[in-house]
Amino acid sequence: MLQILGRRTVSALTYLGEISILFAQTLSLALRPPWRGKNLLSEMVNVGLLSLPVVIITGAFTGMVLALQSYYVLHKMTLETVIGGLVNLSLAKELGPVLTALMLAGRVGAAITAQVGTMKVTEQIDALQSLAVNPVKYLVVPRFLACLILLPILTIYTVFIGMLGGYIASVKMMGINATFYLSIALERVAPHDILNGLIKALFFGMIIGIIACHKGLTARGGAEGVGRATTGSVVTSCILILIANFFITIALEIVNL
Amino acid sequence: MITIRNLTKSFACSTLTCDSNRVLDNLDLVVPDGQATVIIGRSGCGKSVLLKHIMGILKPDSGEILIDGHDITKLKASELNQERKRFGMLFQGAALFDSLTVGENVGFSLREHSNLSEGEIEEIVREKLELVGLGDVEDLRPAELSGGMKKRVALARAIAMDPEIVLYDEPTTGVDPITADIINSLILSLQERLKVTSLIVTHDMQSAYKIADRIAMLYKGRIIEIGSGEEIRNTANPIVRQFISGASQGPITEN
Ligand SMILES: Nc1ncnc2c1ncn2[C@@H]1O[C@H](COP(=O)(O)OP(=O)(O)O)[C@@H](O)[C@H]1O
Ligand SMILES: [Mg+2]
Repeated sequence: MLQILGRRTVSALTYLGEISILFAQTLSLALRPPWRGKNLLSEMVNVGLLSLPVVIITGAFTGMVLALQSYYVLHKMTLETVIGGLVNLSLAKELGPVLTALMLAGRVGAAITAQVGTMKVTEQIDALQSLAVNPVKYLVVPRFLACLILLPILTIYTVFIGMLGGYIASVKMMGINATFYLSIALERVAPHDILNGLIKALFFGMIIGIIACHKGLTARGGAEGVGRATTGSVVTSCILILIANFFITIALEIVNL
Repeated sequence: MITIRNLTKSFACSTLTCDSNRVLDNLDLVVPDGQATVIIGRSGCGKSVLLKHIMGILKPDSGEILIDGHDITKLKASELNQERKRFGMLFQGAALFDSLTVGENVGFSLREHSNLSEGEIEEIVREKLELVGLGDVEDLRPAELSGGMKKRVALARAIAMDPEIVLYDEPTTGVDPITADIINSLILSLQERLKVTSLIVTHDMQSAYKIADRIAMLYKGRIIEIGSGEEIRNTANPIVRQFISGASQGPITEN
């Protein structure tokens, strides 16, 4: 029992170490030429286009539900005028970045792990190395950067579409006065709230990119192994996103952003 | 010349019951320049692992691999990549990049490492594909090729930069006898015309006798016998005898 516990601890620490090393390598290689603009661009198109429908649906329905639930509660206290502020603030600071990240861990993270993992188990990664090309530079850097750059952008989409959804649910469905709704909604959300959400998105993008690539690079055991790595990638990213969200929230509160 | 000394490699076990799985155990081997050395051995005995150590893709637990006198197991990543440009490797499953076309696969290292123009690269790609007996396949995807064609494209990719040393991992496994013979002849002609050093892993004895200057048998992590094709054919070692005759009864299968 103790032995098993010991091994678990060691393997958790090893995992953390491996992730840190890959992260450090990725950053240092990303800053050094040659830059593979073409690879990065094709990854960005991949990540961006794959995700737009997901992001639109997530944003729209979250915004609407948020507005409806707030309405049911606040209506009883005749406070429905603050709904706009509530909806928009939650979207900008929490739900926008977190939901976007969770959806993308499933959509993009899984796709990256499956692709890199397949390359690993079919010896394509070894072949890259035998051709004197660094797989981290060639495969990980563009995928990591694509996640890092696109997560804030997609978060803006989610937040914006969510705000639109909240507006529609409140004004068109519940009959709240439009001018009233907008005045509160826009007044309550300051630029730093948006920035707050974008900083979170940046970290979530790094988590998705690194975890997905690492799971792919360490995949073993044929198609089954790639499947296992892909599931692992989504689960690990989601958990880390939720945990990181908590700590980033505290950190941002401390530096007063 | 490749000199391997005391090479040992174990892999961690995935189950909790066993501690490790020693694949290479104090292995010694010398691969002379300009010759074809063939390594034979059963599936799963560590032949691919040995080749990956020579390419620096796997790191040994202990031991050294000297290429013309310097130890590649101690090199930094950038130095290792410099060294790898002298090598070409044909992987067991071809390992073509399936997101790229055949032409892009063959020209991959030229695009990465040379300053040649696009036209020059395309010229070399066509020439290498012709060398392996393929024409007009540049625009196909690896998924559209048969197993034998994949191996030949992978060979064209491995020799695109005119390497001094070529490693072949089971070049004739899983291809039809005619393609196998084309590949054997190709290995021989590279050997003769370009004076490359070849290290070929196989369990196809026919192919081994045809191309080998020397044959070495890998068994339980070591080279247990090495000699010319003739010497191996007439060996007294019962383990080697069982392997080359393909008998199901003998010392290999007894324990
Ligand atoms: N990356 C790895 N991790 C763990 N075990 C491995 C790895 N690569 C190979 N092995 C194990 O090493 C042994 C030898 O494999 P290999 O060299 O592929 O055999 P072969 O002689 O058929 O080429 C096998 O038992 C295999 O399971
Ligand atoms: Mg093998």
